[in-house]
Amino acid sequence: MNFDYNEEQQLLADSVRRFLAKGYDFEARRKIVASKEGWSPAVWSTISEMGLTGLPFSPDYGGFGGGAVDLMGVMEAAGEALLVEPYLATVGLGAQFVSRAGSDAQKKAILPAVVEGKLKMAFAHTEKGARYNLAKVDVQAKRAGAGWEISGEKFVVLGAPVADKFVVSAKTDKGLSLFLVDSKNTKIKPYVTLDKQRAGDVGFSKAQGELIGPEGGALAVIEEVVDFATALICAEAVGAMKFACDTTLEYLKTRKQFGVPIGTFQALQHRIVDMYVSYEQAKSMACLAASKADSPVDAGDRARSISAAKIKIADNCRHISQEAIQLHGGMGMTDEMKVSHSFRRLTMIAQQFGDAEHHLARFARLG
Amino acid sequence: MDLNYSQEESTFRDEVRGWLKANLPQDLRDKIATYDELSREDLLRWHRILAKQGWVAPAWPKEWGGTSWNMVQRYIFEEECGLAGTPPLIPFGLSMCGPVILRFGTDAQKKRFLPRIYQGEDFWCQGYSEPGSGSDLASLKTKAERKGDHYIVNGQKTWTTLGHFADWIFCLVRTDSSLSKRQEGISFLLIDMKTPGITVRPLILMDGGHEVNEVFFDDVKVPVENLVFEEGKGWTVAKYLLGHERMNTGRIGTSKRELAKLKEFAGRQKGDDGRPLFADARFRDKLTRVEVELMALEITNLRFLDQMRRSGQPPGADVSMLKIKGTEIQQALTELSMQAADSSAQEEFTGLAKRYCNFRKTTIYAGSNEIQRNIISKMTLGL
Ligand SMILES: Cc1cc2nc3c(=O)[nH]c(=O)nc-3n(C[C@H](O)[C@H](O)[C@H](O)COP(=O)(O)OP(=O)(O)OC[C@H]3O[C@@H](n4cnc5c(N)ncnc54)[C@H](O)[C@@H]3O)c2cc1C
Repeated sequence: MNFDYNEEQQLLADSVRRFLAKGYDFEARRKIVASKEGWSPAVWSTISEMGLTGLPFSPDYGGFGGGAVDLMGVMEAAGEALLVEPYLATVGLGAQFVSRAGSDAQKKAILPAVVEGKLKMAFAHTEKGARYNLAKVDVQAKRAGAGWEISGEKFVVLGAPVADKFVVSAKTDKGLSLFLVDSKNTKIKPYVTLDKQRAGDVGFSKAQGELIGPEGGALAVIEEVVDFATALICAEAVGAMKFACDTTLEYLKTRKQFGVPIGTFQALQHRIVDMYVSYEQAKSMACLAASKADSPVDAGDRARSISAAKIKIADNCRHISQEAIQLHGGMGMTDEMKVSHSFRRLTMIAQQFGDAEHHLARFARLG
Repeated sequence: MDLNYSQEESTFRDEVRGWLKANLPQDLRDKIATYDELSREDLLRWHRILAKQGWVAPAWPKEWGGTSWNMVQRYIFEEECGLAGTPPLIPFGLSMCGPVILRFGTDAQKKRFLPRIYQGEDFWCQGYSEPGSGSDLASLKTKAERKGDHYIVNGQKTWTTLGHFADWIFCLVRTDSSLSKRQEGISFLLIDMKTPGITVRPLILMDGGHEVNEVFFDDVKVPVENLVFEEGKGWTVAKYLLGHERMNTGRIGTSKRELAKLKEFAGRQKGDDGRPLFADARFRDKLTRVEVELMALEITNLRFLDQMRRSGQPPGADVSMLKIKGTEIQQALTELSMQAADSSAQEEFTGLAKRYCNFRKTTIYAGSNEIQRNIISKMTLGL
């Protein structure tokens, strides 16, 4: 048993943290978030220069062959800094499908460009009324010559406005399948989400698509990749929680009322202690999620562990984010304080890829 | 024991309900239903409709426009307004400054301010909190120095709700900083927001909305006749206001309405299995727990009201209990609404999520819930 990161993982996490502390402080983030594009090409190129865009891909395509555990430290650092770059959408979702289900030719065409930071991707999957049910897809794909034509609409696609290529789920005669679609063949309605990320509704009207993996039966790989991405946002949540806990602790030590730091009130001491207990529990479950994403006994074992992790993470996201605001008093409510932004990100993570109730049901089903 | 309203009380409820149904303008009703931001004009319009009916300040003495309703009737009225989804009556004039002037003001102050508050001619805001003085209000530093027949005010207030709409602000200021007991050098001043030297700066909350402000005072000249009660006795005034009967703290009518809305909303949303979310046992149980909390709060509120009616005593620390439970319920409702929304419907979801963010304020303002617990532990439990 060893819960520590190995030396490489630790070095990487440290260097990411150092970079973000310097080049991605809250003011820098504020500017990026307020910009028209909502992400920073400069930050993105540093991210890929540091090897982060290549981390979970095979060395055959220029990557480092890492897994969720290798990404954990990176995601924690991203969570602390509230990174809004399209990292999860590209590296955690879009390119994962190519890496796991694509043909050699597709891998060769896509992965080196992703690794080099030249290609950004997004996973267009969720449809109206599906809630968190991954199997519910109505978008259609029809054969057209050698390729396919995709028609229908996807909603709240993370990273859509930035993506060069989409991985799209659609139904064929044989069932649920995955397709690569160029962003120029889509119609995107972009917006800013509650946590200041960029997303969009994506329309496909006879959009040219290229099949990834076998026709029909894509659900297994969708579940695998979404579980992988879930493990990543669990780690991201842990980072955002750490920030929320640490900044609240600092506030309790410095904010004075009644002539003393408010941290001297026992009522608040117990509250912050409970926040740290929540954080430690969440971190443990994030470790479980990452290690099961990489090396599960089987798909059921993976799904069960990741759902368990997500339940705990969702509950503790709520607990920690709400308490952080409460203990800050009025200041916590303001847009100018980073803690209110961590509140928003933690609120979103709590339900990204399924809220606690969804994962409770999934866990129960898996026995 | 009889938990029901009397015949007269029920009749009164029907009368209020019927009147609200007929007189609440549709556009305002819609704005409330869709959680639209209300403009100054929206707020004042509703205020004036109630003023015209004579119902805008039920608790005031008859001679100043009060209704002489008893406590239960006043509670019923407030609950019905919540249920009907009326715009809120902004409390700063009607239930804060007004009662203070009624209790402590001079005749001249009463004549000058009360009719304008009643008619909605002046929009008031509350200048208590400062950057360094939130829960610990008595540490406030904004200074008012007597110079002839004026006070010269310097300092800063913050979190001033709707200060950007306000014509007047009532402030707690320090008129004497030499006293060892901090509460003793504080005075209650009424300040015209148009006075030179006042700057209002918006504070944006995390939902992106502008409802609170910073208010800066730079050599602001305030005539001494705007002092309420004696110089140095502002704390007595502030304490009176805190103890002033506020039995609507629990916002039961509004929460009942939000609950009904949530049920209807969850009936339209689909769960993972494609059936209405409302039929999903996991979601339904969460919602039912909130509903039961609300029932318990309502009955507790009525029980306190009944006690108060009999004993004739002001509610004291009981109000703190209502505030704690009422705000927790309001927050739980916004959280469940956000959860119920299909997150693939971006606009609807984000609207509800912003409301969830905004409602975190309810356990912080008007005496944080921690301070309310301190009050109960001290006043009720003697700890
Ligand atoms: C949306 C909004 C609107 C507002 N509107 C107005 C307004 O119109 N006019 C106005 O004057 N003020 C207004 N306020 C200010 C409000 O009254 C204060 O925010 C409140 O009193 C808390 O003060 P603070 O924010 O300085 O927090 P602090 O007092 O610094 O408290 C920080 C944390 O410490 C806790 N704490 C403090 N003391 C103790 C203690 N002794 N024991 C245990 N816990 C403690 C608090 O509960 C809180 O969790 C508003 C605030 C908000 C958020």
